[in-house]
Amino acid sequence: MRADLELIHRWIPQGAHILDLACGDGTLLEALARDKGVSGYGLEIDPAGITACIEKGVNVIEQNLDEGLVNFEDDTYDLVVMTQALQALRRPDRMLDEMLRVADECIITFPNFAYWRHRVHLGIRGYMPVSKTLPHAWYDTPNIHLSTFNDFEHLCREKGLTITDRAVGIRDHEGHWASRLWPNLFGEIAIFRISRQRK
Amino acid sequence: MPEIPADSVGLVTPQTAHFEDPLELACGKTLPAYDLVYETYGTLNAERTNAVLICHALSGHHHAAGFHAADERKPGWWDAHIGPGKSIDTDRFFVVSLNNLGGCHGSTGPVSINPQTGRQWGPDFPMMTVGDWVHSQARLADRLGIERFAAVIGGSLGGMQVLQWSLAYPERIANAAVIAATPKLSAQNIAFNEVARQAIRSDPDFHDGWYNEHGKVPRRGLKLARMVGHITYLSEDAMGSKFGRDLRSEDLNFGYGVEFQVESYLRHQGDTFSGSFDANTYLLMTKALDYFDPAAVHGGVLAKAVKPAQCPFLVVSFTSDWRFPPSRSRELANALTRAGKSVSYVNIDSPHGHDAFLLPEPRYQAVFTAFMSRAARDLGLEERS
Repeated sequence: MRADLELIHRWIPQGAHILDLACGDGTLLEALARDKGVSGYGLEIDPAGITACIEKGVNVIEQNLDEGLVNFEDDTYDLVVMTQALQALRRPDRMLDEMLRVADECIITFPNFAYWRHRVHLGIRGYMPVSKTLPHAWYDTPNIHLSTFNDFEHLCREKGLTITDRAVGIRDHEGHWASRLWPNLFGEIAIFRISRQRK
Repeated sequence: MPEIPADSVGLVTPQTAHFEDPLELACGKTLPAYDLVYETYGTLNAERTNAVLICHALSGHHHAAGFHAADERKPGWWDAHIGPGKSIDTDRFFVVSLNNLGGCHGSTGPVSINPQTGRQWGPDFPMMTVGDWVHSQARLADRLGIERFAAVIGGSLGGMQVLQWSLAYPERIANAAVIAATPKLSAQNIAFNEVARQAIRSDPDFHDGWYNEHGKVPRRGLKLARMVGHITYLSEDAMGSKFGRDLRSEDLNFGYGVEFQVESYLRHQGDTFSGSFDANTYLLMTKALDYFDPAAVHGGVLAKAVKPAQCPFLVVSFTSDWRFPPSRSRELANALTRAGKSVSYVNIDSPHGHDAFLLPEPRYQAVFTAFMSRAARDLGLEERS
């Protein structure tokens, strides 16, 4: 399993009822159902991902996240997960509100634009970074709202949200989690666990 | 003579099941005895766990796949999806498809003889509901020794029967596929049905439904009803790309004859239909559509109505379907998620309108196949070959 998914798998409590936004081929939900008796739904728009979910027996709803989560009621899930999709949304900030409307807690992962390799790409070479987590050229990328570890923390503070946990991942070294000292520099993938309860 | 394709269920013969136990209907009347005509494809396994029920739509019947004769031009109405290696794989599943009560293709309906009067039922045939049909289908399942269907599948009005199955007999259905359907008709849907009914009922040959006894058929009404229906089954794009504003001849006639290709097409569809379908059946089937609303007794809250359901659902809509648009399927999917049921919802990109559910389309077939093979896996059904 992808490194960020493995960490999320550890973070999600037994028997939770969850939504997995941009659930891809349903790998995470399938593993969570099997290992932890987790129930819930994946939301996805990629046809191949949706078919893979159905084949696996993972509940998947075809839905464009830019249209929000209007079809889900307030406080009806234990947790909402969104991996590697925040940067492709039209309004990531509004999606954060939506996620914390339907659940008290959410887990979000996204590519950290301030990762040192990306900095080298842009700062020294003068090109938009292309990497494993950002595999697209600037002109055909679905990622329209790239941000950094710091940017996201800033947004959470502005919204008065509580960051209950955070981690960084490096895709090349699965399972290897870089130092927490400089996550904005060494984290390729930012992983946040956020709750709307104020401290 | 055309060859029968290798992925066809081949030559099939309809069968008739006769029932003597009276069927109490939602309208308060009782059908004393009745016949159900059905076809089966594939083989029922020893454990009787691989049966799939196909529910038909408004003008459908029992002939869902294969051919009645080697020289039959067209296969059954859902042949694209039923056969060896197809979405509903007859190498794994035993498929049952029947003609609903009130139909005009062999099952007891308005053209049958009413044993109490010795004359045709005609307009006296009792109103049927989706619930009545499902009840009668469960009795057919009993007759065939099928305790629980591996899946119940249907499109449009057939999809409503599937939903009803999951609510009325939750323990008898392992999987449900509701395709291009709706949990209830909108006012606009009912309006279209009413136009169709009025076209039939205002035909001078209708004779209050006793047209057969007058040696007449309300063909003009039926034709109009089908023309209206056909417009709602296709999308504007499908009609546009099929016919555009193409003329039959080069010059305009400035008259009311057939000038545009689309007029010719609709008239042809209407003519064909009016020669083969019973008017009273059409009235009754459209009414069954209008009446269906499982949420009504739950204050209109569909999420409450679906509580009894236990099986995983596949809900499918088509982007250009405006008869039962994707938003209606989403309503059902939302109700099921709210009730915490197992459901997947897919919106297939198709230009073909409501009719898309009958046609082969790669993504539709992939989704359908994935759902059915997961169902087979869960039920421990091995491929026969």
